[in-house]
Amino acid sequence: MNNRFLIRLSLALLLCVLGNSAIGQGLSIDITDGSRSADPVAVVPFAFEGAGLPPETDVAEIVRADLARSGKFFTLAKRDIVEFPTRESEVQFATWRLLKQNYLVVGRVADAGEGALRVEFELFDVARQSRMLGLAISGQRTGMRDVAHKIADLIYEKILGVRGAFWTRIAYVTSVGLGQNTQYALMVADSDGFNPQVVVRSREPLMSPAWSPDGRKLAYVSFERSNSAIYIQDVSTGSRELISAQKGINGGPAFSPDGSKLAMNLSYAGSPDIYIMDLATRKTTRLTSHFAIDVEAAWMPDGRSLVFTSDRSGKPQLYEVPLSGGDASRLTFQGQYNARATICCDGKKIAMAQGTGNVYRITVFDRATGTYSDISPGNVDESPSFAPNGSMLIYAATEGSRGVLYAVSTDGRVRQRLVLADGDVREPAWSPFRQR
Amino acid sequence: MNNAARILVSVMLVAGVAACAKKAVKTEAPVDQTPVTDTQPAGDTGRYKVGDLDSDSCLRQRVVYFDLDRTEIKPEFSAQISCHAEYLRQFPNARVTLEGHADERGTREYNLGLGERRGNAVQSAVSAAGASMGQLNVVSYGEERPVDRGHDESAWAKNRRVEIVYTSAN
Repeated sequence: MNNRFLIRLSLALLLCVLGNSAIGQGLSIDITDGSRSADPVAVVPFAFEGAGLPPETDVAEIVRADLARSGKFFTLAKRDIVEFPTRESEVQFATWRLLKQNYLVVGRVADAGEGALRVEFELFDVARQSRMLGLAISGQRTGMRDVAHKIADLIYEKILGVRGAFWTRIAYVTSVGLGQNTQYALMVADSDGFNPQVVVRSREPLMSPAWSPDGRKLAYVSFERSNSAIYIQDVSTGSRELISAQKGINGGPAFSPDGSKLAMNLSYAGSPDIYIMDLATRKTTRLTSHFAIDVEAAWMPDGRSLVFTSDRSGKPQLYEVPLSGGDASRLTFQGQYNARATICCDGKKIAMAQGTGNVYRITVFDRATGTYSDISPGNVDESPSFAPNGSMLIYAATEGSRGVLYAVSTDGRVRQRLVLADGDVREPAWSPFRQR
Repeated sequence: MNNAARILVSVMLVAGVAACAKKAVKTEAPVDQTPVTDTQPAGDTGRYKVGDLDSDSCLRQRVVYFDLDRTEIKPEFSAQISCHAEYLRQFPNARVTLEGHADERGTREYNLGLGERRGNAVQSAVSAAGASMGQLNVVSYGEERPVDRGHDESAWAKNRRVEIVYTSAN
């Protein structure tokens, strides 16, 4: 506990030094279960070999933090690094073997002309004393965080055989103030919570951001027309379209995996039901017809069925319905309250907010084994969203009077607080992979 | 929704409520809500004036509170429902928006549905007491507009509500 506190304190002090851009973003990592296996990896600080000032961004530190947050790696603390090789010829494998490291990352940053920088990095297998990867990525000085996340993705993929999801983004909603003075914002940030940008600002509630599969658009709910309405907005250009403003509730947008359709929950026919809109023709078909509340549709990765929340059995539970229509089948039978599904891993895992009494926590349901694993400590934890590679989830929680977002490894072993703001932070949605 | 469907829904709701009543554990703190016993329109004539919206002790009551996960209207709000229904009956051009709200527990989209159910319950009650459905618009804000941002029973009890908002007084 003391160590953890000291780490937090030192990170907090570091943040103060780093300046405004990082203030308010807690970076403490909680290792909740140290007994599980994870690969030890050392990421040596990258040398700057260019002219002029080194970049403000510590590329190696971002790579290290990404790998640590994933839950798949133990990263060697900076203070335990005793040698600082920058290339293969300088690596003494015996040192890293002594430090019990399985993998080693070294690198250097050089000028690439016209103000750009070129980051070269190498990944080594310490036991085999062999180089696994050696690549260079160039970018502008202001884009060094992107370069670092891309490097972390490549290392992750080389070691684990699974594409990394660090160079991705998260969307979320913030609200500050109370009553008529509340300000809402739809935000987009890097997957580690840095570079937050405002996408939409409103004095009326904003809800339920959902990414298009190409990562270029967000569907969301806005109350700016005095009732809920669904919009689709281009994240980079800001142009947007009104998709649904029917009488009653217009909520829960979710793009189909191929991007051609949008699932929504609409209540104009009496109570919320799941509807599917063909985005090319704008034709809408009704998928569920029940007097219960049917909301929060999530697509199975094959696009052939959807999982949604319904209280048709009394309390909210998850159901699955084929896209072709027909009867919905109940998926969850454990827990009083199961809602807001997020799906990964070819539909084999479904995470949800599970409520028991007043405690809501994030639970991962394994469909093959029928088992539930709690991955958040619980209080008012909500809105889980899987990373596109299924390795991690992001969810919203409340700490005192503040809202926070946590990233947690899918096995629940490692949890990190990403976004911390005054007021409320909620409904994080992890973007799809970005196009390389 | 046609009448048959509405009746069916009402029956199911009542059945659902009855089923819940046995298991539900109620620990909520009482809400600051002054019950109104005066069910008759003010004055000797039994007729309201437009200004009564601001001065009549019953018409000034504009918030109906609900129990956890419940949508039925508690008896202490029947006077409030009746006087607004009577006012709306007397002023057919008056319009009301019923803003349904939920507490923070549970998911946001589900709570949007719950807020709408509460709005619909007040709409049905006010309409049954004399107003016409066309005067009553329901909008659900779910848990998006709390009046108390606390995380305890007293805050939750204040947030589970329907607000009666006049968009046109006459």
